[in-house]
Amino acid sequence: MPTEAKKTKKSNNRITGAFGEEIIENFLTKRGYEILEKNWRIREGEIDIVALAPNGVFTFVEVKTRRTLAFGHPLEAINNEKAHRLQRLALAWLATHKCFGCEYQIDGAAVLIAEDSTHTIEYRANLL
Amino acid sequence: MSLASTMAVSLQGISGNIVTVEVDIADGIPSYTLLGLPDTALSESKDRIRASLVNCGETWPHRKVTVSLSPAWLPKSGSSFDLAICVALVSAISPLPAQRLEGLLFLGELALDGGLRSVRGVLPSLIAAYESGVTTAVVPLANAQEAALMTGMEIIALPHLRDVLHWLRTGERNIALEIDLQWQENSALLDFSDVAGQPQARMAAEIAATGGHHLLLIGPPGAGKTMIAERIPTIMPALRLSQALEVTSVHSIAGSLTDRSPLSLVAPIVAPHHTATRVAMVGGGAHAIKPGACSLAHHGVLFIDEAPECGNGVLDSLRQPLESGTITIARNSGNLTLPARFLLVLAANPCPCGKFSGRGLACTCTSIQVRRYLGKISGPLLDRIDLRVHVDPVGRVDMARSDLGESSSAIRERVISAREVAAVRFAGLAWQLNSQIPTRALRTTFQLEKNAMNFLHDELDKERITARGLHKISRVAWTLADLSGHDRPNLCDVEQAYQLREGGHR
Repeated sequence: MPTEAKKTKKSNNRITGAFGEEIIENFLTKRGYEILEKNWRIREGEIDIVALAPNGVFTFVEVKTRRTLAFGHPLEAINNEKAHRLQRLALAWLATHKCFGCEYQIDGAAVLIAEDSTHTIEYRANLL
Repeated sequence: MSLASTMAVSLQGISGNIVTVEVDIADGIPSYTLLGLPDTALSESKDRIRASLVNCGETWPHRKVTVSLSPAWLPKSGSSFDLAICVALVSAISPLPAQRLEGLLFLGELALDGGLRSVRGVLPSLIAAYESGVTTAVVPLANAQEAALMTGMEIIALPHLRDVLHWLRTGERNIALEIDLQWQENSALLDFSDVAGQPQARMAAEIAATGGHHLLLIGPPGAGKTMIAERIPTIMPALRLSQALEVTSVHSIAGSLTDRSPLSLVAPIVAPHHTATRVAMVGGGAHAIKPGACSLAHHGVLFIDEAPECGNGVLDSLRQPLESGTITIARNSGNLTLPARFLLVLAANPCPCGKFSGRGLACTCTSIQVRRYLGKISGPLLDRIDLRVHVDPVGRVDMARSDLGESSSAIRERVISAREVAAVRFAGLAWQLNSQIPTRALRTTFQLEKNAMNFLHDELDKERITARGLHKISRVAWTLADLSGHDRPNLCDVEQAYQLREGGHR
């Protein structure tokens, strides 16, 4: 029983996460970003969204989605260590795609989904 | 606007620096950085501020918050910055009316529910702020009495963060506080009429209170040494306002205003136990230097019972403050000078068993033990004590008398009038008390009567007193002259002073 409950919970979270990423994807596309990659994954971790901004800057977006604020603000989940991992991942992506010396930035996006399925977006450019 | 600033005070001893608290809120990962050399208590302010803001229904900014306390090089300590940081933070989120925030000082520690808790050092902080031109200060309600002493400033004493923010936003104050500046005589419980007999010790206490001469009481246990010493503040004149401000400032930074009313005009008495360390006596501490017993006794009495039992060097550490009236403490965090002008009262048993008085029949100590015991009070220290008095056991005659001795108020009147005589004589000079007359002045302006001087010179020739002893005796003689209404000390005064100084030797 406990394992089953855990499984449901986990898949719930995954659905929430995917929903949030979709929202941010639309949000970026509307603002003229070109989505290059989603859920790029290597051993060290995962980048949620890689996009090319209208001004030509490679933008790596970490999306945090929450259904409740009980555990704090979504972006508070990004501590120093995670921020540096994001930077390493971004450099790894750039290296993989042979974009050495490109201009890049790391953004954070918080999606808060209310009970009636409406959502609010908080977008922070340049986290580091 | 995402930038705001307020003012607070950082204290070093009883002098303070104005600290500007700046808060900047920028986009970025939610974080909180506190700059400006905070100590642990100050670093923990983040969590207190966050909880109190949220519990007062305010929003916490989920952004990159930078708090800077400038001057940045000055190490800051304590929890009194909480309120200043919190108000700056609120103002950075959504600006508060600028005209109300300008030139406003904030002091106070925050409770998690937003309540304002009392902090140490409110009075010296306000004095420092006043000197740098601040006219209005917000303090916790619990510190209102102490803050009210600072009459030159408008003091806004509030109990809760909610009230502070409400006042800043609307200018309305729910709590209009009226503080009675009533000088309390709170030590009225003790009185000299409680002391049975002991005419000599009573007189010595009166002389000590009048001229500021240090006092050593020697006597067997139960003779009344402690009783007499504890009652000396009741015969001292009330503190002047400037003195009361200094006393309250020192007690405020030591956090000992709980047992002393901040508005008290009664001279303080501090009685450290004889196991006290040197640091406890003169002050010190690793990162925040705290005043010791000798500073807490500023303008009052430092009473050390069982003085020969004190540790090595503890009594001798008092020699510097006895000379200069201040104590300078050097630590790696810096040097600090605190005021320490006190009346030293020592009490001692005549020997380890305490019974070597009268005929000394019950004493079980060897003669060497007896001699060594008082020898523990070092020569240089003893030399600074003008009055050495034996307190003999109370006899049946004194105990049987039903009429009480003279009351404190009667003695105090004599002390006050004698001090007034001295004040007239010393008008325009740098000292006020007879014990402070410099040697130069003793030899020129303030000479004794001719035959009195001859008597002392004879004693000097016979090597019964030293040159320093001669001056000390002269000073006590001046006090005796003031008390007995002589214009200038005569032979009688000098002989009595001589007796009082040398009386401790047997």
